[in-house]
Amino acid sequence: MEIRELTCINCPMGCRITVTMDGSAIISVEGNTCKRGDTYARTEVTAPVRTVTTTIKVTGGVVDRISCKTKEPVPKDKIFEVMAAINKSTSLAPIKTGDVLIEDCAGTKVPVVATKTVDKV
Amino acid sequence: MRSDIVIIGGGPAGLAAAVAAAKYDPSLDIMILERDAELGGILNQCIHNGFGLHTFNEELTGPEYAERFEAQLPDLGIKFMLNTMVLDVASSSVTAVNSDQGLFNIECGAVILCMGCRERPRGALNIPGLRPAGVFTAGTAQRLVNIEGYMPGKEVVILGSGDIGLIMARRMTLEGAKVKAVCELMPYSGGLKRNIVQCLDDFGIPLFLSHTVIDIKGKERVTSVVIAEVDSNSKPIPGTEEEITCDTLLLSCGLIPENELSRAAGIKINPSTNGPVVNESFETSIKGIFACGNVLHVHDLVDYVSEESARAGISAAKYVKSSSFGEDCSVIEIKAGTGVRYTVPSFIRLGEIDDNVTVRFRSGNVYKNSYVDVLFDGEQKYHRRKQIITPGEMEQVILKKEDLEKAAGEITVAITES
Repeated sequence: MEIRELTCINCPMGCRITVTMDGSAIISVEGNTCKRGDTYARTEVTAPVRTVTTTIKVTGGVVDRISCKTKEPVPKDKIFEVMAAINKSTSLAPIKTGDVLIEDCAGTKVPVVATKTVDKV
Repeated sequence: MRSDIVIIGGGPAGLAAAVAAAKYDPSLDIMILERDAELGGILNQCIHNGFGLHTFNEELTGPEYAERFEAQLPDLGIKFMLNTMVLDVASSSVTAVNSDQGLFNIECGAVILCMGCRERPRGALNIPGLRPAGVFTAGTAQRLVNIEGYMPGKEVVILGSGDIGLIMARRMTLEGAKVKAVCELMPYSGGLKRNIVQCLDDFGIPLFLSHTVIDIKGKERVTSVVIAEVDSNSKPIPGTEEEITCDTLLLSCGLIPENELSRAAGIKINPSTNGPVVNESFETSIKGIFACGNVLHVHDLVDYVSEESARAGISAAKYVKSSSFGEDCSVIEIKAGTGVRYTVPSFIRLGEIDDNVTVRFRSGNVYKNSYVDVLFDGEQKYHRRKQIITPGEMEQVILKKEDLEKAAGEITVAITES
């Protein structure tokens, strides 16, 4: 039996979660105070994922750069590949919050979406 | 010019207060005065996620969270002025200046202070050493990277483990910088545990607790900093010095509510929060002037800012509309007991609460397996076990009106170790 102590990163409450494992099988998840915590703990001990939030270059807009994020969390070990792909891209204004800026980012099948609205010059 | 309610600051607190006041009474004329070129305040540069789980039940980034509120302004008829600096506040008038109108005065029924807070800069920290370029507050670096699109440096040391420092450790790492260390003077982190996990642990960035920067080197630009371990009196321990080569030092050493306007207006300030003393309605010591958000006390969570600000907005609306607001004189004082640095609010007027009142507080130290106790006139009424209480995470107790009605004049919130 292996016991893993985690801190849930879903919300700022930061619940301390204890996962008991037998090999790769999860025996129990304890300490979470909501369903998100249970899901987080199960994913974290098997295939950890993170949402990447960053900025992307904009042309033709009132500002040169806006914030964006991966629409879903991506595998943790792909974070830097996702960053490299976003830093190579440029988006054309106008852009609205939620607009897809990259369809499939760095082969993760996860789109990158704008988190801010930018008007055309 | 005239408005029913003038709100100073268009960040998360100002937006939530305005929206709540307008929803409470659509006939009110509400004006937000914002010194920046856009609404949203600090949320605009907080591009990371984790906002809004309490308010919208989904995980948003800072700009998205602000946009949810901004989108409601036109329909609610809330007016705002950008690039406008408020110079003076009184209970029924606000003086401001901008390029279009010059100096002007707004007569009003109520004022809500939502000016937010400011970072403690190098000058306030008394760090020894030279004064080369390359020393930034974490928030300045955040603005440079996330809004202006400039990287402030390549090799970074961060002093202070506040949330902005932790967030910037990750952000700089993602953008290709090498974050060599985060030093924290205290034996515990000032930031949220989740940020230690996802911003430092994820990227193998070391956190040195009980460490500080004792020297900054470099003539034109920072070339290195010297860190050292500190003893229980925060004094550097000889022999523990370590020089770290870097070109940038970021400071994340606390936030100070920005209360110049409040002080000038004669509002009573709580020395523990550096924010106004308020009652259950978020009204300050001057009638008709309310305060909410980080100008009141520094929050970890914008969701709590929105919640408190909504209460402040509704209170201001009630004050403008009703001549009997706050006339109930049964006042209960809330005192910070053992282990508790402060509480917000400081006073409760029974006549102005609905079913219950949320009292928020911070501890002065780290407590494990301890209890949050609430004493009514010296008698224990609430006793709740907490696995961990740290100064970096705000705590709260919810007091029921029916219990409060039995209290004579004083409530104490305290932490008891088991």
